[in-house]
Amino acid sequence: MAVTLTESAAKHVQKALNKRGKGVGLRLGVRTSGCSGMAYILEYADDVEEHDQIFESHGIKVIVDDKSMFYIDGTELDFTREGLNEGFKFNNPNVKNECGCGESFNV
Amino acid sequence: MALLQISEPGQTQAPHEHRLAVGIDLGTTNSLVATVRSGMAETLPDAQGRHLLPSVVHYRQDDAPLVGVEAQEKASQDPLNTIASVKRLMGRGLHDVKSVGSRLPYDFIEETETAKGMVKIRTAAGALSPVQISADILHALRDRARTSLGGDLTGVVITVPAYFDDAQRQATKDAAKLAGLQVLRLLNEPTAAAVAYGLDKAAEGIFAIYDLGGGTFDISILRLQRGVFEVMATAGDSALGGDDMDRVIAQWIMQQAGIAEDAEHKHIRQLLSIARAAKETLTDHDTAAMQLQFDNGQHWQGQLSRAQFDELIDPLVQKTLMPCRRALRDAGLSIADIREVVMVGGSTRVLRVRAKVAEFFQRKPHVDIDPDKVVAIGAAIQADILAGNKPDSDMLLLDVTPLSLGLETMGGLVEKVIPRNTTIPVAKAQDFTTFKDGQTAMAIHVVQGERELVTDCRSLARFELRGIPPMVAGAARIRVTFQVDADGLLSVSAQEQTTGAYSEITVKPSYGLGDKDIETMLREAMENASNDAARRTLREQQVEADRVVNALKAALKADGKHLLKRREFETINARLDKLLHLMRGTNPQAIKAAVEELEQTTRDFAARRMDKAIQKAMQGKTVKELDAEIEQN
Repeated sequence: MAVTLTESAAKHVQKALNKRGKGVGLRLGVRTSGCSGMAYILEYADDVEEHDQIFESHGIKVIVDDKSMFYIDGTELDFTREGLNEGFKFNNPNVKNECGCGESFNV
Repeated sequence: MALLQISEPGQTQAPHEHRLAVGIDLGTTNSLVATVRSGMAETLPDAQGRHLLPSVVHYRQDDAPLVGVEAQEKASQDPLNTIASVKRLMGRGLHDVKSVGSRLPYDFIEETETAKGMVKIRTAAGALSPVQISADILHALRDRARTSLGGDLTGVVITVPAYFDDAQRQATKDAAKLAGLQVLRLLNEPTAAAVAYGLDKAAEGIFAIYDLGGGTFDISILRLQRGVFEVMATAGDSALGGDDMDRVIAQWIMQQAGIAEDAEHKHIRQLLSIARAAKETLTDHDTAAMQLQFDNGQHWQGQLSRAQFDELIDPLVQKTLMPCRRALRDAGLSIADIREVVMVGGSTRVLRVRAKVAEFFQRKPHVDIDPDKVVAIGAAIQADILAGNKPDSDMLLLDVTPLSLGLETMGGLVEKVIPRNTTIPVAKAQDFTTFKDGQTAMAIHVVQGERELVTDCRSLARFELRGIPPMVAGAARIRVTFQVDADGLLSVSAQEQTTGAYSEITVKPSYGLGDKDIETMLREAMENASNDAARRTLREQQVEADRVVNALKAALKADGKHLLKRREFETINARLDKLLHLMRGTNPQAIKAAVEELEQTTRDFAARRMDKAIQKAMQGKTVKELDAEIEQN
């Protein structure tokens, strides 16, 4: 059971956290919405909640709540460039299908 | 798959809801586009990693225009079709341009040939206005933003110099529209720089924005009040900048190397680029080594120390401080009033500039954000907020009411409740009262405009407040509240303070009112100012006379018979008739005099009524009882 970051994702998150000046880590999760069932949550975390699981990946605390864990266990978060565009990508082994844009998915 | 960005805690948007918004610094020499990603504002580079887009467009026959570095390369071989510094021409007619025009080598079309106002330039792609040329620059930035962000833009914030007038601002908006961009707002460049440093979140205060670019210098004094920046003064020099520094260094090299003043053009170019490199080196090093190798075999090698450099550029730096002094004077401020200083423009990297500015303003200026990018970054932050990607609490409001809002009072006069240029949202309350004894309802007529009489203003809405308890005139207190929300929606409510009777209405004041209409209304108000004031005075006197007449009539009806002798009664009646006659005239002084005369005549009558009332109150009471009553009160 784990959720991890690629090295480039961790680097970028560290940079973003430093610039932001506060935050204990990165929160990953899901919520029900979107065109194909589930949507990812990708946020800075200022607090750790009661039902959170914490993983350490390349020096970054990755925080996932219990409920989300079921949907994203084994996920690796990557930071990539596509042409001029750059951003984070969830490589989630649980996904059965996702909407065309990839912002929401089904398990 | 779409790439995701990190959000603030609890702020993750539903899929497809993140709105892409960018800030654009549309500069004279260079332009930039920036956006907020994962909470960080950053400028977007092109495919070659270049952030700055030279504001140069090269036009060709039957082919799309080239923008940026590619256009710049064509400048020397095809100068007439390669347009640079088009910003200087925005919203300008040919006669305005003549002064700058002598320095701009383009083929301007005579004004008679163009339908209206703005100057046009003849190019291989036809006659083009500065708006069209700017649109091509914006189009290039839009394409860059769309490929970088992977989607269509919701809106943009474009920066303009603080001194841009309405025509120049409108021209900028038109250019954006032509480029297919939706302008969320135009933002003043100094304000954008202040926003980039987060000064809008700081306490209120006065800020100086020192902007020294390649070819222009601007100083702006801003005042921050309730989250809103107001430009208090601007000054500058439209032909002073980093290029002048390069020139003085080049001249120094020519002296050192014994190069003649009339050197070949390409040699001068070479000299300038060596000078520029030396200037940049001296930001991080104490000396700069220079090497010159002309194709005619001439060779020179030398060193420029920072001390020498400082000495060379000091006159230029000194030249920027004069406008600073002027701006402070215009704003009626002294150096001690300035809370923070922000540096903008590539030339503020020069250490001597920073030192001199710090010395002048007696405080360390902000230099942490890349001075070339700071304006675009501020614009991006603003765009992100305006596009709705931030919680409401971060909302920055820079809108103002274009015209005053008020209501009609007795005599068809306008009482302004919210003056024009008030920043919104705003709520203002004012107390009004009844005019007649026993009045139980009040009609509220909401108007907009700068004129003194209701008939000259724009009527927005009418509503009535009913259920006012019957009281003597002037006793009721009715609080009327005007509230304008962030979208410019006006709601007016009226509440009688003793019973709580309440009524309200909501209107959109700017509905159907274009910029032109607003301008016309403002102009009419200026032109008719003295006339309006006279009419207001007359109406005020008429209303006052009306009040006195009403009160006197009521008093005569009640006590006239037994408190006045026949002679007195007749005198009062004669004066009353005289006043009633004058009231219909147009001489406010005569009405005022008649009112005073009438009040003089009725003074005895009023005193007798007062005595009678006191007697009535004291009748049948002992001194002791009266004392007790007084103590109780």
